[in-house]
Amino acid sequence: MALLNDLAKKKEGLVNGHRLCPGCTHSVIMRQALAAADTDKYDIVIAAATGCFEVSTGLYPYTSWNVPWIHSAFENAASTIAGVEAMYKVWKKKGKTNKDIRFIAVASDGGTYDIGLQALSGAIERGHQFLYICNDNNAYQNTGNQRSSATPFGASTTTSPNGTIIQGKTQPKKDIMSVLEGHHMQYIAQASPSNWRDLMDKVKKALDVNGPTYINVIEPCTTGWGFPAHKAIEIAQLAVDTCVWPLYEVVEGKVVINYKPKNKLPVEEYLKPQKRFAHLFKKGNEHLIEEYQKQVDKHWEWLLKREESGISY
Amino acid sequence: MGKKVALTGNEAAAHAIRQINPDVVAAFPITPSTPIPQNIAQYIADGKMDTELVTVESEHSAMSACIGAAAGGGRVMTATSANGYALMWEMLYIASGARLPIVMAVAARALSGPLNIHGDHSDIMGGRDSGWIELVAENSQEAYDNLIQAVKIAENKDVMTPALGAFDGFNISHSIEIWEMEDDDKVREFVGEYEPLFPLLKTEEPVTHGAWAPPDWYFEHRMSQLKGLLNAKDVVVNVGKEFGKAFGREYGIYEAYKMDDADYVIVAMGSVCGTTKDVVDSLRDNGVKAGLLKLRLFRPFPYKELADVLSGAKAIAVLDRVSPAGAQGGPLFNEIRSALYDANNRPPVINYSYGLGGRDTQPVHINSVYDTLKKIVETGKVEKQFDCLNLRGAWG
Amino acid sequence: MAEKLLDWNEVLIGATIKDPGNSRSYETGSWRVERPVWNPDECIQCMFCWVYCPDSSILVDENGKMTGIDYDHCKGCGICVEQCPKKSKALTMLLEADAKGKSEEEIRKEAFSK
Repeated sequence: MALLNDLAKKKEGLVNGHRLCPGCTHSVIMRQALAAADTDKYDIVIAAATGCFEVSTGLYPYTSWNVPWIHSAFENAASTIAGVEAMYKVWKKKGKTNKDIRFIAVASDGGTYDIGLQALSGAIERGHQFLYICNDNNAYQNTGNQRSSATPFGASTTTSPNGTIIQGKTQPKKDIMSVLEGHHMQYIAQASPSNWRDLMDKVKKALDVNGPTYINVIEPCTTGWGFPAHKAIEIAQLAVDTCVWPLYEVVEGKVVINYKPKNKLPVEEYLKPQKRFAHLFKKGNEHLIEEYQKQVDKHWEWLLKREESGISY
Repeated sequence: MGKKVALTGNEAAAHAIRQINPDVVAAFPITPSTPIPQNIAQYIADGKMDTELVTVESEHSAMSACIGAAAGGGRVMTATSANGYALMWEMLYIASGARLPIVMAVAARALSGPLNIHGDHSDIMGGRDSGWIELVAENSQEAYDNLIQAVKIAENKDVMTPALGAFDGFNISHSIEIWEMEDDDKVREFVGEYEPLFPLLKTEEPVTHGAWAPPDWYFEHRMSQLKGLLNAKDVVVNVGKEFGKAFGREYGIYEAYKMDDADYVIVAMGSVCGTTKDVVDSLRDNGVKAGLLKLRLFRPFPYKELADVLSGAKAIAVLDRVSPAGAQGGPLFNEIRSALYDANNRPPVINYSYGLGGRDTQPVHINSVYDTLKKIVETGKVEKQFDCLNLRGAWG
Repeated sequence: MAEKLLDWNEVLIGATIKDPGNSRSYETGSWRVERPVWNPDECIQCMFCWVYCPDSSILVDENGKMTGIDYDHCKGCGICVEQCPKKSKALTMLLEADAKGKSEEEIRKEAFSK
């Protein structure tokens, strides 16, 4: 991986003037991803799902994209990029281009875990060459923080609010990585913008696979999660250090954990700075934090065991 | 030279697509259009066409992949019916808004519920305001001819609007008829090469497709889009003439069957027109001045031309192969009546729903419509503005 | 935007945008309440500010080294200051109100004296 100084010299694929909230990490993730792409070797074409990121970077007559970019709807980033990629095969076949083009689809958890899951599954099964990046901000943030299947247990959202008898979301978060694993893809990974080098390595690896790949990225949302803008990267780092968001890869079915915190922090460290979890710290709700910790530990232990087993497809 | 073949409407559509040989087809099977993607897959497997076929997991993804492929830069086609068309709905508007000249074969079918797989126009009438050009065929020959012309119409630089070529599910899609298939070379020569305007794959000139348009831009884009759709009307006529020159079958926006001196006129679209023509012939043999106005181009709706050709009639019945669904009548009826409002001579116009969910419409039913028209002219009274053909129990 | 907006028959079809990255002409710097202030003397050129900036507002030279902040676009989120390993010596936040009407030198003095 190149030094940051070298990467900073590159022409950026995503530029400023976009309307994302101050401190939004959508653009941080995409800037890191595009910096990692080996654009001396290949060009990039992107399809985006409807969401904060899309509306903020493609607001007519403005575009923040320096690379070819298409948005069509919410649930179909994967099938849209599949179409572009199919046309690319035709261009290659007919000699209309001699370029090496790699494809990226980007969506958030709403467009991935929920409404876009079918299109994603179909496109993966068909084997199109594309990297699907899910910027997981744990809820439907573009419409104002409604719960999704990616919303973690206990989080208060506008459709899983904290109330007098129900304390936030009662169900655990969907394990999308396992759902995707079922497609037996060559490469799946989970990353965080706080660990930029790790994220960049993963993007570079994924883009070199001649087939579908997937990277799940935590995307701390200052407005939805309720933390001050300057804390965005810190929150992502806390998610990693508490093992709420383990950094790992599944390579041909084999789990590789990329980061094992020397001092695994208790989940409180991650939950405390976020308003969406504030109610968990009220007297009488201790069991909810315990439950949260239990879910995180269980998953982390399972991952460790998977890695230890060395089992692949 | 073309050759006479005895094949189904679906096969006619599949052959048209094979001969056009689009860059990409993305399709999902649904009755009654399933044989189209099946045949295409077989043609590709046998090396008879080299289209990239994307066997998507739903119709929503079919149209999404069509949009991605067309924006990528190239010629794109698909096929569907009924609920599949309905599942595409959201994307139909996006395809037309993005001005991507995708061409789709629709074996028109009833929408659920209750579930029914048979022919009617619920799908294409439901999507009539999605900004697509809609051509409706009477038979397999027209289904084939329309798809070939649709490519040229949609891709015309003044149009750049997606187009569908519809034909009735089962009545046409599954009926074997004799029709003329043209030579592959001649069809390819007729449709020509397509040069996309802003291909995503031309990475040296990065474009943004699908930015959202706020209130100070959306209206302008919608009207710009409307202009493209409206431009299609003249292009349909010109391409119809060109097609006539190339293949000997000329097309316009409608077919006026024995309309010159017609007093009693039926307006309809699709396979029922064949039955109606037979009835018109026998009525004419008996001295009844019956006529048929078969509409080919439903969108953009050629209201001026229709008002001109219809205003000489003494009474008109419009046949809609859908339920009026709470409107004053079916969509064709409403548009025809509205078109006649500004005519000097405004004949009475009545409406029938017919053929829903594959219900048969026979000469006896069409005869009853002409009888009613005659009665209206004789008595000067319209007893029922809306009625149903071949429905058990009197409607009303 | 001061220029005349295009009429319906002037817009590019399909709402296509042919001018890549033209959002740069839209200045989001006015959103700012606080601004990051840079002290080049203390900067170790780790470029963490660059890699974490949501608004591509860390200016770099042809060697990929930080040369300052793009105040036309910086929204003042403060991530750069938070992630700067120099702990408020190379980058720190200052209220826009306190920067108003001051020279770069004065702003720096004001910011790092706190």
